[in-house]
Amino acid sequence: MPENQPTSSLSDHFEPRIVAFFCNWCTYLAADLAGTSRMKYAPNARVIRVMCSGRVDPQFVLDAFAHGADGVFIGGCHPGDCHYQEGNYKALRRYHLLKRVLKEMGIEEERFRLEWISAAEGDRVRSTINDMVEKVRALGPLDWGLREEEVLAEEAAA
Amino acid sequence: MLDKPKIAFYWCASCGGCEEAIVDLAENILDISAAVDIVFWPVAMDFKRRDVEARVDASIQITFLNGAIRTTEQEEMAWLLRAKSQLLVALGSCSHLGGIPGLANLFDRHEILRAAYLESPSTVNPERTLPRTKYRDNGHSVELPVLESSVRSLDQVVDVDYYLPGCPPTPRMFLTAVQTLLGNEIPPKGSVLAPDRALCEECPRKDSKPEALSLDGFKRPHQVLIDEETCLLAQGLLCLGPATRGGCEALCVQGNMPCSGCCGPTSRVKDQGAKMLSSLAALISSKDADEIVRLLATVPDPVGSFYRYCLPSSLLRRRRSPAKAEAVSAGGAR
Repeated sequence: MPENQPTSSLSDHFEPRIVAFFCNWCTYLAADLAGTSRMKYAPNARVIRVMCSGRVDPQFVLDAFAHGADGVFIGGCHPGDCHYQEGNYKALRRYHLLKRVLKEMGIEEERFRLEWISAAEGDRVRSTINDMVEKVRALGPLDWGLREEEVLAEEAAA
Repeated sequence: MLDKPKIAFYWCASCGGCEEAIVDLAENILDISAAVDIVFWPVAMDFKRRDVEARVDASIQITFLNGAIRTTEQEEMAWLLRAKSQLLVALGSCSHLGGIPGLANLFDRHEILRAAYLESPSTVNPERTLPRTKYRDNGHSVELPVLESSVRSLDQVVDVDYYLPGCPPTPRMFLTAVQTLLGNEIPPKGSVLAPDRALCEECPRKDSKPEALSLDGFKRPHQVLIDEETCLLAQGLLCLGPATRGGCEALCVQGNMPCSGCCGPTSRVKDQGAKMLSSLAALISSKDADEIVRLLATVPDPVGSFYRYCLPSSLLRRRRSPAKAEAVSAGGAR
């Protein structure tokens, strides 16, 4: 891990790593707007631009958690506003089912979030990301990959 | 005369169904036993572990190992058979993906031991004895294998050459695999010995699958009279055909039961459960969040439904144990 990255560790300096999938037509533009409007918000989100929130395969979310994300955020268009008519509804349905899977796997609800943010709502990018970072910070690191090593080490010691 | 190729079979955390599938070859097993020497098969023949240990490394041409890896003994056997074999084939869902025993990854080892030895209604254990790995009596020391904290697929423990999927693989799939591996042109290492296409492609009900599906929730097989001709998904049954590899000739669907996903994902999918969840959730007709939640409640057990055979090989592999930190600080009572 590069040294200038915030690290997930049990030290006092825990900085949550949030993987954020932003829809090209709305939330990504809203983040752009937040930037050009010089709004300040938590730098913890790694934004990945996708063409539609409906493009976010649940595998992307699980892969992010498995590889060190402390939280995953999906930003899509408001209901009725999808550039592809139905993509955000598909995202919504997947989100609700995936949330149940994550819960069963022991991942707290606050670590996975879906928000509708239009291109005009730069301030909403700021407030939702800030809010999520604080909630995940309170939960502490997820450390999924490390946990795997821990389990194996426990086995070796057994 | 040249020696016949040596073949071995072994089982780890499994139910024995894969062994049944081999016996189900019926008279074809005579052709196999005429073509090869079986040098190890604890279920059916009287060979011991020391017979395998005595062999020269790589002197077994093919070992078919079924079952997931859960105990230290199974792990040792996997290493031993890997060393003695030229080709190691993961036979069946458990070995390939973790299988049904892999659902134990939703619990930790302590919970499992508690449930099995203390809490189950049929257990009588007034002294609350739990299995111990070491026991001394009259100067004799007895050891039992350790129950590892997670179930693993075979390739999470040793290098695997081929996978033969299915719960169990059909006798025909097994026969084809043996013929292929004993032939001159063997497939590239790491291949899954089944067609790389979704089950729907070979489903006899394929033509009745609508172009666009929209569902008001799902039904379980005991809740409906299932039509024998129509696509099961179209009837609202949770059929995993779209996200499952074919090769089994849709035997379950032919028996009027939905596919439960035993052959695992195709090569283009990393996490079969997530892919199926993605595909099925998108079919829900509603656009209202509350109604979506209500309709999705007709899938009562998402992990058990979508990850029935593949939890240990999924992206997350096992449930996170929230009690972990406390267990460590309590001195790791084991």
